Amino acid sequence: MEHVAIADQVEELHNPSSFISKYVWSQDHKVIAIQYGITAILVGLVALVLSGLMRLQLGFPESFDFIDPSSYLQFVTMHGMIMVIYLLTALLLGGFGNYLIPLMIGARDMVFPYLNMLSYWTYLLAVIVLLASFFVPGGPTGAGWTLYPPQAILDGTPGYDMGIVLMLLSLAIFIVAFTMGGLNYVTTILQARTKGMTLMRMPLSIWGIFVATILGLLAFPALLVSAIMMLFDKLLSTSFFMPAIVSMGEQLDYTGGSPILFQHLFWFFGHPEVYIVALPAFGMVSDVLAVHARKNIFGYRMMVWAIVAIGAMSFVVWAHHMYVSGMHPAFGFFFATTTLIIAVPTAIKVYNWVLTLWRGNIHLTTPMLFAIGFIFTFTHGGLTGLFLGNVVIDLPLSDTYFVVAHFHMVMGVSPILVLFAALYHWYPLITGKMFNATLGKLHFWCTFLGTYAIYLPMHYLGFLGVPRRYYAMGTTDFIPESAQTLNASITVAAILVGLAQLIFIANVIWSIFKGEKSGPNPWHATSLEWQAEQIPPAHGNWGEKLPEVHRWAYDFSVPGARDDYIPQNMSNDDVPLEPGQTLQIREEH
Amino acid sequence: MKLVIALLLLVIGTVAFHFLSPWWFTPLASNWGAIDDTIGITFWITGIVFVLVNLFLAYCVYKFRFKKGHKSDYEPENKKLEYWLTGITTLGVVAMLAPGLVVWAQFVDIPEEAKIVEVVGQQWQWGFRFPGADGKLGSADNPFVSTTNPLGINPSDPAGQDDRLVLSSELKLPLGQPTKVLLRSKDVLHNFTVPQFRVKMDLVPGTISKLWFTPTREGRFDILCMELCGIAHYAMRGYVHVVSPQEYNKWLTTLPTFAETQQGGSGDAVAGENSYISCGACHGQQGEGNASMNAPKLAGLSDWYITRQIKNYQNGIRGSHKDDIFGQQMVGMAQILADPVTLRNVAAYISTLEETQTTNTVEGNADKGASLYVTCGACHGRQGEGNFALNAPRLAGQQDWYLKRQLTHFKKGIRGTNAKDQYGKQMILMAKMLTSEQDINDLLTHINTF
Repeated sequence: MEHVAIADQVEELHNPSSFISKYVWSQDHKVIAIQYGITAILVGLVALVLSGLMRLQLGFPESFDFIDPSSYLQFVTMHGMIMVIYLLTALLLGGFGNYLIPLMIGARDMVFPYLNMLSYWTYLLAVIVLLASFFVPGGPTGAGWTLYPPQAILDGTPGYDMGIVLMLLSLAIFIVAFTMGGLNYVTTILQARTKGMTLMRMPLSIWGIFVATILGLLAFPALLVSAIMMLFDKLLSTSFFMPAIVSMGEQLDYTGGSPILFQHLFWFFGHPEVYIVALPAFGMVSDVLAVHARKNIFGYRMMVWAIVAIGAMSFVVWAHHMYVSGMHPAFGFFFATTTLIIAVPTAIKVYNWVLTLWRGNIHLTTPMLFAIGFIFTFTHGGLTGLFLGNVVIDLPLSDTYFVVAHFHMVMGVSPILVLFAALYHWYPLITGKMFNATLGKLHFWCTFLGTYAIYLPMHYLGFLGVPRRYYAMGTTDFIPESAQTLNASITVAAILVGLAQLIFIANVIWSIFKGEKSGPNPWHATSLEWQAEQIPPAHGNWGEKLPEVHRWAYDFSVPGARDDYIPQNMSNDDVPLEPGQTLQIREEH
Repeated sequence: MKLVIALLLLVIGTVAFHFLSPWWFTPLASNWGAIDDTIGITFWITGIVFVLVNLFLAYCVYKFRFKKGHKSDYEPENKKLEYWLTGITTLGVVAMLAPGLVVWAQFVDIPEEAKIVEVVGQQWQWGFRFPGADGKLGSADNPFVSTTNPLGINPSDPAGQDDRLVLSSELKLPLGQPTKVLLRSKDVLHNFTVPQFRVKMDLVPGTISKLWFTPTREGRFDILCMELCGIAHYAMRGYVHVVSPQEYNKWLTTLPTFAETQQGGSGDAVAGENSYISCGACHGQQGEGNASMNAPKLAGLSDWYITRQIKNYQNGIRGSHKDDIFGQQMVGMAQILADPVTLRNVAAYISTLEETQTTNTVEGNADKGASLYVTCGACHGRQGEGNFALNAPRLAGQQDWYLKRQLTHFKKGIRGTNAKDQYGKQMILMAKMLTSEQDINDLLTHINTF
């Protein structure tokens, strides 16, 4: 008997029958994706509120009694950690990875549906443990999202007791959840592609998610071991990261550990983490641009290799976060060189996105606005990275607001613009309804212009030398009073951008109930997910037969064809032609 | 169309903001002009790329906007164009990286003739050490740290005996002298930053890190900690004064050597008793303090703290603010102790006074106060016992009404604003952590339990 992979079987083992198995303990990748997505967005809103509180203190110091230095550091720390791990990583991979992988490669589900379900519930547990730290004595940790020891576990830092323990525990649980999900995504992409879906025909969204997941599987273990080692230092008095220390006038029992060892482990995870967030965003924005410009993505092969190259390179640049950490300065030569080399494939991606628009037929839909906004913000954020990556320029700029502005542009604003592009783009697929385009565009303008008003001036505070993670600047000889005016204006912009996200939430909820029916394939996209029999796709995704793939995902505006797109599952013989024309495919993909 | 205009305005606005912004690097005060030059090169290259890419983006959005019945061009790949773009980008990267690495090589290579200064960080203060006549610093490590050896210098290392110590957050350096800075931490990570010098480096407990620069401009510059080091990270400040080599050398000889700090040199308590009589008129003959005369308790305070405060009054560092009414009284009284020997003797006498019980006047929540006190305890001690090495006076046993007035004065800038009051400057930032009167009451209620 012929072997049939689980993902291809029509009669799956997990066919849901009751409400609970359909929506709660669901093994359907689409439901799990939505569970991941909603949880991530809710916890992201917590982080958004925290950033608002932080900005209030910076913009209007001495105005808010309830923000003291401890709570300020706690807001900073929790904002950063939630946004990077529990929102971006979870939403991009757990959310979009789950939703898109089986649909875009023509599988019925993930290859390990039960493991997939466990992944979500473990992630939820990690979120609950994390949020619990707000309610323990001492509150959550205020060690900064980098959690550097010795500070993180000594009593000069808020949340040094319960807070840091829960944070490390939550991270460890998150990594377990990610590993279950990640193994699933990689195996599914490698093993469950439908007939004809070669690797070089996969949409770039899948390439981005695929490489990002591999990065995660290799990088998260470094965070896991450092979290466990720090827990040992905290709870069992080991000295992995703790040298001999005099804290608050008392000699501690630690001896011989290395704080810099933690930093190496942390950034060996932390730098790939940037690309764990960026690569899925790169992939998804490529697809949104191609669909709405009605043109193939420019230089597909180069785009794939750029994703792979960036992914591989991301493991040899980590110490550019540590130029002024006190590590041996000779490392600076190596890491500055690798860091600036990575700019080349990254720049190529930017060129190719813009060249995709060249001679296109650009529909300025809501997702397209966000995608084009992303090109702008990512160009800006990428270029400022060339300052910080060049070791000697990092000397004056490290630990200033320039760093804050840079990483928010490149891995805050930019991936979030892509997330919105993706949410609007795939909203009809997920819900079967169209969102309200007017509200969508309003949301775009507030978010795009507002975030630039926040972060462009912030770079200049950094040039000035204003340090990050300061509760209050106090008086100095070198910071003019006008800097405080600038800070206040940044805060106003930040509050407005925060409030503008309510437009998005209102739109999502309103449109589910009141939105127009989208019908199948409203964007006239080529990729498989839009070719399912039902929108939203039913459990098992496809009908009796799996789709068969005949081409890449980017056959837009092919000369000779009647329509300006040819779905991936359409064979050349079936393509409706212009009268009297033949199909002129230039390159076989 | 709106998007095209927005993109154009953003590009123009960004360039305009850059050139018009009053927020820019502080004027350089070290030899590291090459760092500024590298930034200049990077600005030009990245700026040109930013403008070109985004103008081209705006052009595409305008030119190729949706037109009904129009079809996109069909061009999957263009190898030649892709190679050209890769090549040009690589050139741009090399143009930025190469000068950067050359300058980094200069930073890594510390000149032979550089003179050494050691910077020691701790939550949330700086300390400094200069080698003595032998030009060598004695070895040092955290296990040697004690209240009488705050920098943890190895007492049995002969090279360390003549090292000169600065147990405060103000440092002087000579103009034009290449300076090698050795960095060491007693507790957590810190970072030694002087924005005008451009270079910075972390202080890591357990290891010694380095940086070097040559000061090229006289003046006073802020020292900031730029690596998150706990609750009062933002209050970890200091000053470096760049002065002429003559002034520097003179200052250096006024610093105590390590050996000197190891010998006690206190005054004669018996001789001090007589001079104390005029103090006792207000502060009480047992130094018990007198609330009705606004005179705080002196018994229990250490001689070094009394000495410093009287000198501060004498030099206009304390009590010169127009709203500090009681401080102004003390300025006059302090002149009685103008003779340094008399002052030392009185201070010694005060430190022998027996502690007396005080009555509490504030009411608050001691538990909340305990959590607020964590930051105070870093310097003043967990039980408020005070710490000579951290220049932190004893708080335990002090009358709460006095502490409350001082905290309020620090918050309002009535005390601690004088430029020479280095500890006061820090106490202002610390006192501002107590955002309400309730916070102050809670804190004092906790201190009253010591």
